[in-house]
Amino acid sequence: MSGWLSRLKAGLAKSSSRLAQGVGDLLVKRKLDAETLDGIEELLIGADLGVATAAALAGELGKARFDKEVEDRAVRAFLAQAIAARIAPVARPMPIDRALKPQVVLVVGVNGTGKTTTIGKLAWLYKSQGLAVTLAAGDTFRAAAVEQLQRWGERAGCPVIARQAGADAAGLAFDALDQARKEGADLLLIDTAGRLHNKADLMAELQKVVRVLKKQDPALPHEILLVLDATTGQNALKQVETFRAMVPVTGLVLTKLDGTAKGGVLVALAESFALPVYAIGVGEGADDLQPFDAQAFADNLLGL
Amino acid sequence: MFEALSGKLSDVFERLKRKAALTEEDVNEAMRAVRVALLEADVALPVVKDFIAKVKERAIGQEVIRSVTPAQMVVKIVHDHLVETLGSQGVEIDLAATPPVVILMLGLQGSGKTTSSAKLGLRLTKLYKKKVLLASLDIYRPAAQEQLAILGRQAEIATLPIVAGEKPQAIAARALDAGRREGFDVVILDTAGRLHIDQALMDEIAQVRDIAKPTETLLVADAMTGQDAVTLAQAFHGQIGITGLILTRVDGDARGGAALSMRAVTGRPIKFLGQGEKLDALEPFHPDRIAGRILGMGDVVGLVEKAAQIIEKDEAEKLAAKVMKGKFDLDDLAGQLRQMKKMGDLDGILGMLPGMGKIKDKLASAKIDDRQISRQEAIILSMTPKERRNPDLIKASRKQRIARGSGTSVQDVNRLLKQHQQMAGMMKQMGKLGQKGLMRHGLGALFGKNPHP
Repeated sequence: MSGWLSRLKAGLAKSSSRLAQGVGDLLVKRKLDAETLDGIEELLIGADLGVATAAALAGELGKARFDKEVEDRAVRAFLAQAIAARIAPVARPMPIDRALKPQVVLVVGVNGTGKTTTIGKLAWLYKSQGLAVTLAAGDTFRAAAVEQLQRWGERAGCPVIARQAGADAAGLAFDALDQARKEGADLLLIDTAGRLHNKADLMAELQKVVRVLKKQDPALPHEILLVLDATTGQNALKQVETFRAMVPVTGLVLTKLDGTAKGGVLVALAESFALPVYAIGVGEGADDLQPFDAQAFADNLLGL
Repeated sequence: MFEALSGKLSDVFERLKRKAALTEEDVNEAMRAVRVALLEADVALPVVKDFIAKVKERAIGQEVIRSVTPAQMVVKIVHDHLVETLGSQGVEIDLAATPPVVILMLGLQGSGKTTSSAKLGLRLTKLYKKKVLLASLDIYRPAAQEQLAILGRQAEIATLPIVAGEKPQAIAARALDAGRREGFDVVILDTAGRLHIDQALMDEIAQVRDIAKPTETLLVADAMTGQDAVTLAQAFHGQIGITGLILTRVDGDARGGAALSMRAVTGRPIKFLGQGEKLDALEPFHPDRIAGRILGMGDVVGLVEKAAQIIEKDEAEKLAAKVMKGKFDLDDLAGQLRQMKKMGDLDGILGMLPGMGKIKDKLASAKIDDRQISRQEAIILSMTPKERRNPDLIKASRKQRIARGSGTSVQDVNRLLKQHQQMAGMMKQMGKLGQKGLMRHGLGALFGKNPHP
C-alpha cells in the first residue's frame, strides 16, 4: 500500500522538480487535486490500460471525489470498482454443449502467447469434468509443436490427431473433425500455428481452416478462442481487431497473468470489442487455468 | 502514428508560427503530445518521464530553422534524442573470448528464445564461419528440447544430444564439455521461459550462469511487450546480469516502445531484431528504424534493405539496363509484381513507408491487396510473349482473350495496360535515378499515386 504511494510520490516529485519543495509536503496530505489525479492516471497507464482508458477513469475519480481528503486505499477501491464494472460484462465462461458431439473449438493467436499450453489446460479441465476431448495438432509449422501437444494429450488422456510437420492445417482440421465425430467426442480442440496478425498470407491460411470446417457444418467452429499474452501492451487491441476481422472470434483467453504484467489492456479490449474473456492462464501447470473474475482482476490491477 | 504526432504538434504550434525560438511554454505543450505518443507506443512511464525531461532541456531555446515549422523542429529533436537513447547500432556478439564462447539466452515464456537461438547460431555459422553448438536447457515445456533439435537440423547446426531427466545445470556442464572436446567456437544455451518473479527458476538460471560463465547473456523480449518491460528487464538484469537484448517479432505491427524501456533501464545494447519466422530473419539493430516506429514514422531504411535483399541482383541489373534504354515492357512489369509478392504482404511493405498511414486506409477501402497483384500477374501471363514485348498489339479481341484466360474482365486488362503505360513513361524519365529510385517510384506508380506526401 505504502509502496504505491511512495511510487506515486516519487513519480510526482520527479515531474515537479522545478516546483518549490513544499509540493511533496502537500501530497502527503493526500489531497485529490489535479496533480494527484495525474499521478493516478499514470499508475493506470503503467498497468497497460492505455492513455484513453486511464484518462477516462481518472476523470471519473475526479468527478466523484475531487478536492476531498481521501485515503489511498479508498481511491484504489473506487477505481477497482469502476474497472470491474467495465469488465464484468465480459467475464463469461465458455459455453459447453454436450449435444454437439463434438463441440469444435479453434484456438488462434500470435506466436508465443500460449495457445498450445492453453489447449493442454483446457483438455485437462474438460476431461476432468467427464467430457470426451479430442485434440488436433494444427500447428504444423513450428518445430516440435505437434510433439508438445502430444505430451499434453498423454497427460490429460486425450487422443491427439496429428500429421507430419508442414502438413496442410486445413486438411488436418478436416480429418480431426471426421475422427472426432466417429469417436463420439464431446469436444474437439484444434491448435493452430502462431501468426502475426499483420501477415496477410498467414491470416488467409487461418481463414481457410475456418472455411473448411464451415463446409462440413456452417455452425463450425462453434468457438474461436483468441489467446492473448498479458505482457502485451497496446498492440493487443490491434491483435483482437485484426483477428476478429479475419475470423469470427468468439472469446478471449488471457495468459501469463502470474507475472508482474497486469494485462490492463483488457479493460480497453472489453470496452472496444465486448468479447467474453473465457479464462485466464496463471502458470504452466495443467490446472493453472482459471475462470476470469472481473473484481479479482481489477483488484490485482490496483494492487488491492 | 507520426502523422498523428506531428498533427497534434502542428495544432499546438498553430498560433506560434512566426516565433523564432521555442519557449518553455511551447515545449511544455508539445511534450504533452509527445508523452501520449510514447505511451501509446508502449514506452514505460518512468522512461517516458525521463525521456521528456531530457528532450525538454534540449528543445527550450532552440532556434527554429527557417523553412521548418516548430512542430517539425520538435519532432526532429525528439527523434534524434530517441535514436541516441536507443544506442549505437549493430553491436555484434563478442566472439573475442577463448572458445567455446558461451551465449546464454533468457527471457519470459513465449518471447522467442528457441527460435532466436537457432537464428543466432545460423548467423554466426554463416557470417563468421563459426562452429556452433546449440543446447536446450528447457526441461519444463513439453517438447522444447525437440524443438531446438529440429531447428538445429533445419539450420544444419549441431545440437547437444538430449538426455532425458537431466537437470539444466547438468545440461549446461555437458554442453560446455562437448564444446571444449569437440572444438566448437560457440555454445548457445537456450533456456526455459521463466517469470522474473519465479525465484526457484531465477536461482536455477543463476546457477547455470555460474557454471557456464557466459560471454554474452542475452535477454530475449517480445516487441509487443507493454509497460511491464521495465520490470522484467530490471529483474533479469539485476539478478542475472545481461550483456544485450534481442527484440523479437519486430515484423509485427507493434510500435515497439518496449525497446526504449528496456534499453533505458538496463543500459545494455539491443543487439538483434527478430524479423520473421524463417531462420535467417535476424537482423542487426538499427536505432533509427526503431525510433521511427516508436514515433510512427515508418521504416524506410528497412524497406530499402529488404528490397535490396530480395530483388535478385542480375534481374535488377537487367531491368536497370532496359530502363536506361527507355524500355519497360510487360515482362518487366510482371517481374516487378513477382518481386513485390516476395517482399511479403503489402501491408508489411506499406507499414514500412513513412506517411503511409492514410494511404493504407485508402488502399484498404480500394481493396488493393496481394490478390490483386496476383491477378495483375495472371493478366500478364495470359498474354503471348509477343504481346508482352509490344503491348500496342493488344486490341479489343486480344483483350477479351486475355481477360478470359486470366479470369478477369476487359476493364481489368485495360487498367493494367494503363498502369504499365504510366510506369513505362516514368521509367523513361528516370534512367539516371538508379535502382533505389526505380524501386520507390515503381511501387508508387503501381498504386497510381506517390506514397511520399
